[in-house]
Amino acid sequence: MLPQSLQVEIVSPEKLLFSGTATFVSVPGKDGCLGILPGHAPLLSELQAGEIVIRQGEESRRFFCREGFVEVLPHQVSVLAQVAEKPEEIDLPRAQKAKERAWNRLQSKSTELDYARACASLRRALIRIQIASSR
Amino acid sequence: MANVLDIRRRIRSVKSTQQITRAMKFVAAAKLRKAQERMFLARPYAGRMIKVISSLAARVETISHPLLETREDKKVELVLITGDKGLCGAFNSNIIRMAVDFLEKQKDVQKDMQLNLIGKKGRDFFRRRQYQIRTETINLATGITFAQAKVLADSIIECYSGGAVDSVYLLYNEFKSVMQQRILVEKILPIQRLPQEEKGSILTEYIYEQDPAQILSTLLPQHVITQVYHALIESAAAEQAARMTSMEAATKNAGEMIDHLTLTMNRARQASITKELIEIVSGANALQ
Repeated sequence: MLPQSLQVEIVSPEKLLFSGTATFVSVPGKDGCLGILPGHAPLLSELQAGEIVIRQGEESRRFFCREGFVEVLPHQVSVLAQVAEKPEEIDLPRAQKAKERAWNRLQSKSTELDYARACASLRRALIRIQIASSR
Repeated sequence: MANVLDIRRRIRSVKSTQQITRAMKFVAAAKLRKAQERMFLARPYAGRMIKVISSLAARVETISHPLLETREDKKVELVLITGDKGLCGAFNSNIIRMAVDFLEKQKDVQKDMQLNLIGKKGRDFFRRRQYQIRTETINLATGITFAQAKVLADSIIECYSGGAVDSVYLLYNEFKSVMQQRILVEKILPIQRLPQEEKGSILTEYIYEQDPAQILSTLLPQHVITQVYHALIESAAAEQAARMTSMEAATKNAGEMIDHLTLTMNRARQASITKELIEIVSGANALQ
């Protein structure tokens, strides 16, 4: 019989953010978003900056995470993120500023522009803003 | 016999010193609580990390990665973590002594050494001596963040993979209990062969979203960062614990000193009163 729920843990080096059960988890894998249901095959993946969604019945919780790993076992999901934040912990003004900075850098057509870096920081800022404002 | 006034002055000065040591004790206790909490919060991540790495290592049999390769030891880097401030008993001097021992031992077997100093006390000591220092970091203070550990660890990894050093050791104070610190030497690079999971357990095969070797190559540096972070917070907690115990001892000693001085003062006062009485009585006797 397949397990009915997942044991989910989100840890960052500085703390344990979430530990509990869920019926569905979505994590931002490096090669695309991963949706995990109970009974998923064992899986190991890198994560990119993005949004983690944990659904328990009707309720769902969202988290921001930046770079890390996810280990999936049939009844268990562990997310090891380098940086992870709850929606209420996100510094919205800072994210707004980061967004503008990255945007301006992309607009300026200087040759020494680190395109990938600017893109990544713009993406992070946008995700943070989205998560924080959806609360 | 000492002057009553002089003794009184000394008591006053000891008392004010005692006030300072008592305040420092309370401050250290509060900081220790914070540091301990941070240590506690960091534990789940470190535990998971090791679990994932070792389970990955058990599955990917023949992994080769620059951070795992053992090279001939010619040049060694020592990362020394000390405190930024004094007044914490033998905390700094013990670890500096250990570091000197370690360096001398390496010198005996003809190895080159370089130092990576974290903390003001270690820096001040080794600056005045004939050792090669690669970098120094001071004032990490109590607000150690993972980002700071990452900066430190990245520079260590870069130095190692660039071939400038062949192995890296970490020397720090481990927080054993409030009363006890233990000095630890850990070899962080090359990464020691990872502890394999028990052979008997059935290994479920993972689905790897990315190439296992690639996952490992992002996991391993992460592992080094975690180790450095762990050492930093352990050392911070140990420092506060050492300060708290030594300040408590100092407060107690000051109390004893005050008791002793008060006794001496009372005796001196008594003696002077007796002397005056004798003078009056013998003066009265002489008049009769």
